[in-house]
Amino acid sequence: MSVTLLAARQARAVPALQAKGGIVVAGGTLAVADLNHGQGPGTLIIVDGLGLGRIEIKGRKVILGAMVTMAQIAHDRRLKFLHPVSQSIGGPAVRAMATIGGNLFAPAPYGDMAVALLALDAEVALHDGKALRKLPLENFLKQRGKYEKSLVVSVSFAMPEANSFRYVKAVRRKPVSASLVTIAAVLPRKAGKVKDARIAFGAMGPCALRARKSERALEGKALDASAIKEAADLAADGTAPADDAYATGWYRRQIAPIHLQRLLGA
Amino acid sequence: MTKVPVQFTLNGREQNEFVDSGSTLLAALRDKLGLYGTKAGCHQGTCGACTVIIDGSPQLSCLTLAERCAGKSVTTLEGLTGNGALHPLQQAFMEGFAAQCGFCTPGMILAAKSLLDRNPSPSRDDVIDAISGNICRCTGYDPIINAILTAAEQLRGARKSA
Ligand SMILES: Cc1cc2nc3c(=O)[nH]c(=O)nc-3n(C[C@H](O)[C@H](O)[C@H](O)COP(=O)(O)OP(=O)(O)OC[C@H]3O[C@@H](n4cnc5c(N)ncnc54)[C@H](O)[C@@H]3O)c2cc1C
Ligand code: FES
Ligand code: FES
Repeated sequence: MSVTLLAARQARAVPALQAKGGIVVAGGTLAVADLNHGQGPGTLIIVDGLGLGRIEIKGRKVILGAMVTMAQIAHDRRLKFLHPVSQSIGGPAVRAMATIGGNLFAPAPYGDMAVALLALDAEVALHDGKALRKLPLENFLKQRGKYEKSLVVSVSFAMPEANSFRYVKAVRRKPVSASLVTIAAVLPRKAGKVKDARIAFGAMGPCALRARKSERALEGKALDASAIKEAADLAADGTAPADDAYATGWYRRQIAPIHLQRLLGA
Repeated sequence: MTKVPVQFTLNGREQNEFVDSGSTLLAALRDKLGLYGTKAGCHQGTCGACTVIIDGSPQLSCLTLAERCAGKSVTTLEGLTGNGALHPLQQAFMEGFAAQCGFCTPGMILAAKSLLDRNPSPSRDDVIDAISGNICRCTGYDPIINAILTAAEQLRGARKSA
């Protein structure tokens, strides 16, 4: 198969190349694997020169360029709360290559960073060829097929309050493997009561999703055993996780409440 | 197939190569340059046999497009044996029976080297993390972990006496 690499010089030029069937190769951990299996397209778009590999932190606002790697996050002391997330993704070589942008497109059971970013209520900035647009990550993920012909430029979110972010990824093989279920939660509290909790699941559907019923069960309550039990009991409600080599959907639905209960009780 | 020139540093030496557009670094190393130390296992990132060091970090050569290595510095197993002497990691692997069939060994050694380059005094858990993307079907991992810890100790000793 004949493959052409095109180095994009401007973000706005990328969508036109994508419209012609080209795909962006970021870290390449998924895209080049497809290519090796003869599934790749004829045109690969390289976006290394667009300056998308920066982490910017202004006050409480964090902006992660789409080309920021999991290893960059793991080495940034300001983002310590995200280290358990980056650390849970592949081995060191995968982390050195895997990017934020690629993680938003990773099919389940992958996409662990997207789970954390969803719980952080992140916003995605993307270029559709005409303009730079921003949209909530949740909307992006729900329709991500639609955004495959756009260039993700960055993801931004507000730094969570100290000790309000929690993360767990259940796996079969330590220290790292693909997710059985991944849970990220931001649990802000006011006067001891949970206010605006955000809980996100990975591997419980085709992409990361919010556990709204569990969130509502916690609202305005102290994080005590009964509130936690109520939230956990609702965890798998309405989810349709896939069967794959790591677990059946049935098994994922059985363990999701248990891991949520442990995470909230921790 | 379009040929593209790529200039990069390979094991400390300037290298100019024509590679097939869209081909991987793994293909360039093995098929063009005859450097068979880098092993080709799964071609999908899961086995770690093709691990090399690019600009100081461990990366999977099967998932790295050769053209994107332009201007970068690549280290393969062949780059470890300057003046013919084995690298302390190789010595420790040999003495500690950390290689059986040997297929995973180059990847393991490069994953370990990039750990020791950054962290000369790793804990056992650091070592386990460093090789967590590398699969070994033979040894059961313990001899590999022990060999890396032994090599770390030797390298620290060598540095002190230098
Ligand atoms: C051995 C192994 C283990 C893994 N383990 C995990 C794991 O534990 N958890 C996990 O979440 N993932 C895991 N992954 C999957 C993958 O490495 C990550 O999801 C990674 O973040 C994908 O990013 P990438 O930069 O490599 O994507 P690429 O392979 O470069 O791209 C993936 C897709 O996203 C598109 N894309 C990438 N960036 C952009 C952009 N800026 N704009 C528009 N489109 C874009 C590409 O066109 C492509 O379709 C693993 C992969 C391997 C090989
Ligand atoms: S051959 Fe590259 S990871 Fe298996
Ligand atoms: S020694 Fe055979 S795979 Fe590790």
